[in-house]
Amino acid sequence: MSQTQFLFSGFGGQGILFAGKFLAYKGMMEDRQVSWLPSYGPEMRGGTASCSVILSDEPVGSPIVTRPDVLVAMNLPSLDKFESAVAPGGIIFVDSTLVERKVQRTDVTTYYIPATKMAADNNLGNLANMIIVGKLLSVLGEYDADSIATTLGKVISARKANLLDVNRTALQLGADFE
Amino acid sequence: MAVVFEKPHALTDVPMHYCPGCTHGIIHRLVAEVIDELGIEGRTIGIAPVGCSVMAYDYFNCDMIEAAHGRAPAVATGVKRADPDKHIVFTYQGDGDLASIGMAETVHAAARNENITIIFVNNAIYGMTGGQMAPTSLPGQVTQTSPYGRDVNHCGYPIRVCEMLSELEGATYLERVTVNNVANIRKAKKAIKKAFQNQIDGKGFSLVEVVSTCPTNWGLTPKDALTWLEENMLPYYPLGVYKDKTAEEDAK
Amino acid sequence: MAEKVLMKGNEAIAEAAICAGCRHYFGYPITPQTEIAAYMAKKMPKIGGCFLQAESEVAAINMVYGVSATGKRVMTSSSSPGISLKAEGLSYMAGADLPALVVNVQRGGPGLGGIQPSQSDYFQATRGGGHGDYRMIVLAPASVQEMASLTVKGFDLADKYRMTAMILADGTMGQMMEPVSLDFPEPEKVEKPWATNGTDMAREHNIVNSLFLQPDALERTNFERYERYAYIEQHEAMWEEYRMEDAEICVTAFGIASRVAKNAINEARKQGIKVGMIRPITLWPFPVAPFKAAADKVKSFISVELSMGQMIEDIKLATECKKPVYLCNRAGGIIPSPDEVLAAIVKANENGGDL
Repeated sequence: MSQTQFLFSGFGGQGILFAGKFLAYKGMMEDRQVSWLPSYGPEMRGGTASCSVILSDEPVGSPIVTRPDVLVAMNLPSLDKFESAVAPGGIIFVDSTLVERKVQRTDVTTYYIPATKMAADNNLGNLANMIIVGKLLSVLGEYDADSIATTLGKVISARKANLLDVNRTALQLGADFE
Repeated sequence: MAVVFEKPHALTDVPMHYCPGCTHGIIHRLVAEVIDELGIEGRTIGIAPVGCSVMAYDYFNCDMIEAAHGRAPAVATGVKRADPDKHIVFTYQGDGDLASIGMAETVHAAARNENITIIFVNNAIYGMTGGQMAPTSLPGQVTQTSPYGRDVNHCGYPIRVCEMLSELEGATYLERVTVNNVANIRKAKKAIKKAFQNQIDGKGFSLVEVVSTCPTNWGLTPKDALTWLEENMLPYYPLGVYKDKTAEEDAK
Repeated sequence: MAEKVLMKGNEAIAEAAICAGCRHYFGYPITPQTEIAAYMAKKMPKIGGCFLQAESEVAAINMVYGVSATGKRVMTSSSSPGISLKAEGLSYMAGADLPALVVNVQRGGPGLGGIQPSQSDYFQATRGGGHGDYRMIVLAPASVQEMASLTVKGFDLADKYRMTAMILADGTMGQMMEPVSLDFPEPEKVEKPWATNGTDMAREHNIVNSLFLQPDALERTNFERYERYAYIEQHEAMWEEYRMEDAEICVTAFGIASRVAKNAINEARKQGIKVGMIRPITLWPFPVAPFKAAADKVKSFISVELSMGQMIEDIKLATECKKPVYLCNRAGGIIPSPDEVLAAIVKANENGGDL
């Protein structure tokens, strides 16, 4: 049974929930069992935001991710809060533009991506989230241009079709980042 | 033989339970006559309140719903919205129901200009529970729960509903009438008919306040109760039209 | 089969209600269920329905009462404190035998409590909530798909038995997204000869009413209503059994707690512990039969709840206290972790069934 638990975290406004939703949608399009659970409450009104995503080949039990296999930390408070929770052997993706410190854990693999700076340099607005998702997919060996295009078509409403290209660019940028 | 007087079709044959001299009977009849004259009984749904007129559902021949205390305007909103083209909806409420426990429902139905008709019977007392102070009891008025007279420093002032609602942009038609004599009964019927006609025409929230008596709980004979109404109620609750958007529109 | 979509539990309820033919929604904003109102506000005007934001929960439930009296499908939704305000209307609707769907996406209490998920309105829901002798059908979804399918089921049951059906969810179920299929058959037309939708001068007037001043008349309506309730208890209980075949310990949980419990049970099974779960899907009627059967087989029960222990009383009643029933709970908006549930299972197993 294969199951991967993801935790996305950062500030409200960084597109944390959207990044998780994209991944969950992609899983669903690939006929996997998925769940997406946001933190809700005061953090919806600014402050920290996080969401749990589970991709599984079996029905998902608890949708609450307490021991993530993959952590995306897009700010320092998120890394401080969740670093210790990551499962041994897990992976941490850090937005190194906003998080200056290094990951302390030695039993996990860490990728530092200056995503916020990359987004600014490439005129991609606030798509640092998707740059990291691009990297995440390539690390997991799940970067597939076709699947990504279909998924984006699902999660981005027709009304906002102009956002398709920039999202695709951001994902590609992340995937290509070494 | 020519029939010179008969019961309106919109009233059932159930004997009313109201006390001798109570004005509810007159007001029921006026509402029923209006329903007959407008030919709307088959599509009218009435909402009865909690209070003396709680069993109004037995007296009107149209479909009837009994609401929780004060909630009639909310129930009426649901009924109206269920089929706005067909349903003609009226509530029949007393002062405690409409102006105390149900004030929020009253104000917001008016604010929404909900296309319903409200018959508001103001007799300045809680009748069904045996004569307690109402939101419309007059300053100094002795009731079971204001045995030394309503002390406005302790429990505030009576509420003039028509005046208060007239400030709302939403309300379409607000008139205060009474049924103390034949001339006023005719005027009351005219107002009630207009309040229903407004709804038929899709004009919106129409409320007719009927200043009424409660001989039993006022501790007066029916005749003295009418005199008390004239001397005490009418000065505090002046009769008249407090808002009429339809007249304003006609004037334009 | 229709394509699956990824939806929040709250949105799935709203869309399923529309599929079930509900065209009237009344509500008042409260976290964590506001998505239902927002969804209805967007959709209803486009399909000839009515969304109205009421001035209060009290007004909202009475608007529901009004629409229901005319025979149409109608719903409201809220979260715990708002349901308390609706309790008056729920009692009146029971007294007038009016069908409706009410959704409670629970949050921690009592009082203003918090906004995080909870199951502490179990007593309120399963015992009726308001005053007087009455019941509500209470459905407890444990997935977004069930949020949708139990909503449709709730409307059907409400119409069938002329009573309120409640979806008892929690903040997690409302906020989480999962794939959901909204492929529901057209709702069956239910005859409602009692409805107050105008006599059309073609029948006697109908009266929707909960007032019976004669005690014998009121007693009669209560006895008749309870005969209906007894029938529902016999025929409408729903539950899921999970790995119960050889179970020696029976975990019981509903909604989000059952999801957490499944993780713990799978982990315990890996350690060789014979544990399974009965998940009530209807909380009223409570599924007594599987508990009766399990009471003769298992050593003990563990009730996993997001409350101070409410469903545990129904387990004790259903099993007639034949076996110990233990509580594994968190409250105030905290969800027990799979590890906490696992610890309770291990402890019960080590002590031969005793915690």
